Amino acid sequence: MKQFIAFVKKEFYHVFRDRKTLLLLFGMPIAQIVLFGFALTNEIKNTSIVVCDYANDAASRRIIDKLEVSANFEIERILMSHQQIEEVFREGKIKLVVVFPANFNNDLTHLNKAQVQIIADASDPNTAGTLTNYASSIILSYQSELQGLQKIPYQIETDIRMIYNPELKGATNFVPGVMALVLFLISVLMTSVSIVREKENGTMEVLLVSPFKTILVVISKAVPYFFLSLINLTVILLLSVYLLDLPIKGSVLLLFAESSLLIITALSFGLLISNSTNSQRTAMIIALLGMMLPTILLSGFMFPIENMPVPLQVVSNIVPAKWYYIIVKSIMIKGLGFSAIWKETLILVGMTLFLLVVSIKKFKIRLA
Amino acid sequence: METATVISTEKLTKRFGDFTAVNEITFDVHQGEIFGFLGANGAGKTTAMRMLCGLSNPSSGKATIAGFDVYRQTEKIKKNIGYMSQKFSLYEDLTILENIRFYGGIYGMNRKIIKTKSVELVEQLGLKEEASALVRSLPLGWKQKLAFSVAIFHEPKIVFLDEPTGGVDPVTRRQFWDLIYAAAERGITVFVTTHYMDEAEYCNRISMMVDGTIKALDSPANLKKQFGANNMDEVFYQLARGAKRNT
Repeated sequence: MKQFIAFVKKEFYHVFRDRKTLLLLFGMPIAQIVLFGFALTNEIKNTSIVVCDYANDAASRRIIDKLEVSANFEIERILMSHQQIEEVFREGKIKLVVVFPANFNNDLTHLNKAQVQIIADASDPNTAGTLTNYASSIILSYQSELQGLQKIPYQIETDIRMIYNPELKGATNFVPGVMALVLFLISVLMTSVSIVREKENGTMEVLLVSPFKTILVVISKAVPYFFLSLINLTVILLLSVYLLDLPIKGSVLLLFAESSLLIITALSFGLLISNSTNSQRTAMIIALLGMMLPTILLSGFMFPIENMPVPLQVVSNIVPAKWYYIIVKSIMIKGLGFSAIWKETLILVGMTLFLLVVSIKKFKIRLA
Repeated sequence: METATVISTEKLTKRFGDFTAVNEITFDVHQGEIFGFLGANGAGKTTAMRMLCGLSNPSSGKATIAGFDVYRQTEKIKKNIGYMSQKFSLYEDLTILENIRFYGGIYGMNRKIIKTKSVELVEQLGLKEEASALVRSLPLGWKQKLAFSVAIFHEPKIVFLDEPTGGVDPVTRRQFWDLIYAAAERGITVFVTTHYMDEAEYCNRISMMVDGTIKALDSPANLKKQFGANNMDEVFYQLARGAKRNT
């Protein structure tokens, strides 16, 4: 234990002496939180929606047909009452509901003016915004169709409602994404680089000759980055609560526990990389290419996974950040407890164990 | 000087596939001896040394280090040896004192002993002023001397030095050897590889490795006599000329 403490102490010296890297480590999450404020909008296809049709007349059915035919929507159900709408949203699968009031056709033909209500789940504001736009434009196209026929100024008003996140805060989406990205990046990159640096400098040999256990070398290397990542996590959460007004709905403790799990996953990944290479540069390239890109592209944080071709959807399952992203969204935004995320947690635990076993085995082989 | 044997090998061999890097080497090293382990590049010195340090398992043969078996008791061997690698092996971003204390720490030394000994050490080395300076700022010669002192900080029975003086000027090299002599006088056995033939002369005994086998083993004076040479350079050329493996 004494030996272990001496080693961990040395690792902290390394971290704190390297001012530039340290600045980068703490600056990055802040910069990203600010940068991703301008999150991207993307095309969304085949979203399941629900229609609530009180009118059930020619005009409403015509619009429903148009919605059904469009590539963006897939009508899952047609409801007849308002009560069921909230239920449908709570299930989480449906992101949009279109409501036709009674006498829709009548209003339209006699008053030349009718209303349609569009309700969207705005916990993912990008998707909600895009979906309501699609729906409005389909309704608008029906309106102009009518006009073309009869030269009467028909007008269909769309009344858009956002539920769960009425102010359309983009932060709900990118804060969990930045958390996944930052924690994963720092842990993978920094552990792998710091282990490989010992190899490059020739100090690894000296450590191997010493009675200090090799497995402890690896663990002591991980300790400072584990704590740094927790500090980063705290900074991100403080920023999101106080700067972006995004409250944490669920348990903070659970959030930290799950984040610690992701950090450990990332550290084992970094260990695996450091076993496969002998130069800091290679380790860095592998870490960035092998981890940063998939984390950004396949975690669901920037691009909806449901829209990807099936092979990519399958690949996305091996990206730890994807599962973490789901977990964080559930805790932070939906305020759900452990019972809702135990599956994702189990997957992360499995990944971590697998990575650890493989990398420790590899480590031993190299020593023989 | 018939004292205890601290390194003893018998037909120690290391094969990598078809390639026999070290072929049945047999030798003994006595306590307090400065043993020079010479050979051209690729002769198998480093591989042999790695086996003796417990870094690599021998393919066949026997060896005991400080009385411990290289197959079964590597952990005990590690406690009893010091090692200084070819590459400079201190942490550049740590201070002199931090480096010393770190190595003392991973060898499990008592914290108080580390504290008093590390202060003594920087005084002995004349680095008291620089004790809190980063190792990065030291000249290479000083770094090497420090690295050696760190390698024997935990009072090992044997210290392995793998080309410790590469790139160091002759004056500093001489000073470095003063440190080696002082360590040997305290009873630490020094096992050193080198390419400098003037350094070879400083050793008590020398082994010459060619193509994985030991071709000659004796004191520098006896070797010169045996090969009818004026200096160690000539001895080395005569032996290494027959090498089949290229450098």
